[in-house]
Amino acid sequence: MANGVMTQTQYIPYLAQKGLKSWILTTDHKRIGILYLVTISFFFMIAGITALGMRYELMTPELDFFRTATEYNIAFTLHGSLMVFFFIVPGIAASFGNFLIPLMIGARDVAFPRINLLSFWIYLVGTAILLSALAQPADTGWTFYTPYSIQTGTKVIMITLGVFVLGFSSILTGMNFIVTIHKLRAPGMTWARLPLFIWASYATAILQLLATPVVGITLLLLIAERAFDIGFFDPAKGGDPILFQNFFWFYSHPAVYIMVIPAFGIISEIIPVFARKPIFGYKAIAYSSFAIAIISFFVWLHHMFVSGISETAAAIFSFLTMLVAIPTAIKVFNWTATLYKGSIDFHSSMLYALSFIVLFTVGGLTGVYLGALAVDVHLHDTYFIVAHMHYVMIGGTVMGFFGALHFWYQKWFGKVFNELIAKAAWFLIFVGFNVTFFPQFFMGFQGMPRRYATYPEEYISYHSLSTYGSWILGLGILIMTINLLIPLWKKGRPESSNPYGSLSLEWQVPSPPPHENFEEIPTVTDWTYAYGKK
Amino acid sequence: MSTHDHTEEHHTGLRVYVAVCLTLFVLTAVTVYVAKFDFGDFNIVVAMVIASIKASIVALYFMHLKFEDKLTWIYALYPLFLLFLLIGFTLMETFTRVPVIK
Repeated sequence: MANGVMTQTQYIPYLAQKGLKSWILTTDHKRIGILYLVTISFFFMIAGITALGMRYELMTPELDFFRTATEYNIAFTLHGSLMVFFFIVPGIAASFGNFLIPLMIGARDVAFPRINLLSFWIYLVGTAILLSALAQPADTGWTFYTPYSIQTGTKVIMITLGVFVLGFSSILTGMNFIVTIHKLRAPGMTWARLPLFIWASYATAILQLLATPVVGITLLLLIAERAFDIGFFDPAKGGDPILFQNFFWFYSHPAVYIMVIPAFGIISEIIPVFARKPIFGYKAIAYSSFAIAIISFFVWLHHMFVSGISETAAAIFSFLTMLVAIPTAIKVFNWTATLYKGSIDFHSSMLYALSFIVLFTVGGLTGVYLGALAVDVHLHDTYFIVAHMHYVMIGGTVMGFFGALHFWYQKWFGKVFNELIAKAAWFLIFVGFNVTFFPQFFMGFQGMPRRYATYPEEYISYHSLSTYGSWILGLGILIMTINLLIPLWKKGRPESSNPYGSLSLEWQVPSPPPHENFEEIPTVTDWTYAYGKK
Repeated sequence: MSTHDHTEEHHTGLRVYVAVCLTLFVLTAVTVYVAKFDFGDFNIVVAMVIASIKASIVALYFMHLKFEDKLTWIYALYPLFLLFLLIGFTLMETFTRVPVIK
């Protein structure tokens, strides 16, 4: 599809340089991608272990694993904050976005390599602040709702300050990607030929750039409120506690799409390669990412249906929420149509992509239930929400993330993992995930509220099953991690730079790629998804 | 962006910067002066209109938005649309609440 690309011959790979300095001062987008990958994986692990602790507590109705209910509250605050702000929001966008965007569009690096490194360092400063907050962690949940976050005796300021600082990293990364995609596309890489991961990254970058400042200001208001008792959210002083929720969700609903849109992009890359078919409905998939990015700003009040908001506003937002299902469904239908009559290769990354379609559809459709006003009043703050959210976040984003890890592993690290073990790990993860979260739909429907360390006897079978599932899921992730880590210490490179026969530009360079990606900037002559034509 | 350097040379001389700076001083004085009058519910509107004019000329001249291409304008104006959404819907929600205790 392109002229001017390199073959797997003699060259200096980007990983050749050794030593700490070569990492902490690097401006190479691929290395910065690895720095993000390692950091977010670390937080994923910590947050995952916290989740296992919570599930272990919920095996029995009594409080037995944690000493107090506050300890349990701290555990879910940690789990939520780490997973949301430190893993899943920067997750795919910062790690795979950094690695793939310049390679896919035929550029040597991002537009502002030093700002890219600065983004990572700001991210680290945010994480350092957060880690220092762990000495006396907050118990507010990851949403920091007022008035509780103002009244609680636990330390809220440090954790919110950490999230505030992180926001700047997100904003700079978004800005960098937008400029890169506009300015550094190789000759012939028109908008109509762009890989769908790039379209998705662009839509995500817009959200990062434009929505993140709102949560930054909101958290700053919360800090000011705690420190100086100003009264923004205090009715006694003319404030409004619901104002916090309005501001928080104005960012945090689009943030859901910051988390999941990059995963949409990944699925759009994996499916045509392993179905050996051109992607169906290219333009529809590309534009639907933008439709989601735009509509996501119109739906935030659906998080607040039972917060005491006006009925008129609730009815309007219930309707608007339904709209977001349309562009999302467009994607799902197009992926399914791509699979139709395809010559499907069930590679481990394809298994994750297929799981994504199934699990994300469950997560998305239960979201439509929750968007319906009357249903939400019954289900709000129950385990139904927990299950819905995890079907979107794990079933969607994390499955996309794992799929990407397996798909681009050879390209990124120049090593080969054991495919059989990868498939076994996928099986455990898929089964474990469903055993953990599917019962939560039922117990939520029957009224089991979220965020409680103890519960009535009647829910014990669901909770025990969910805990057993978490062990299977944990085991699967452990096996997958070991399978992906072991090859890194082995010598040698893969025989082929393009083992899956992808037409995308990143696969036309050697594995691992050279320091500046391309010997000469390639000229793109064909569509990225022209499978079956050659 | 190719027109950026070209137009910047022609439009943002020292004279323009000084004029913008003086305008900002004048508008600040106007803000302080009108604060003496009570417009009732419109106090905030008057203050915001003056502040918006000031912010606009800072963006247009000091930040060179006037000489930028369409794409930069879109990125500059879209957040204003979002701000409108945030404030508009939040106020709509607040004003349509029915008091529980009458």
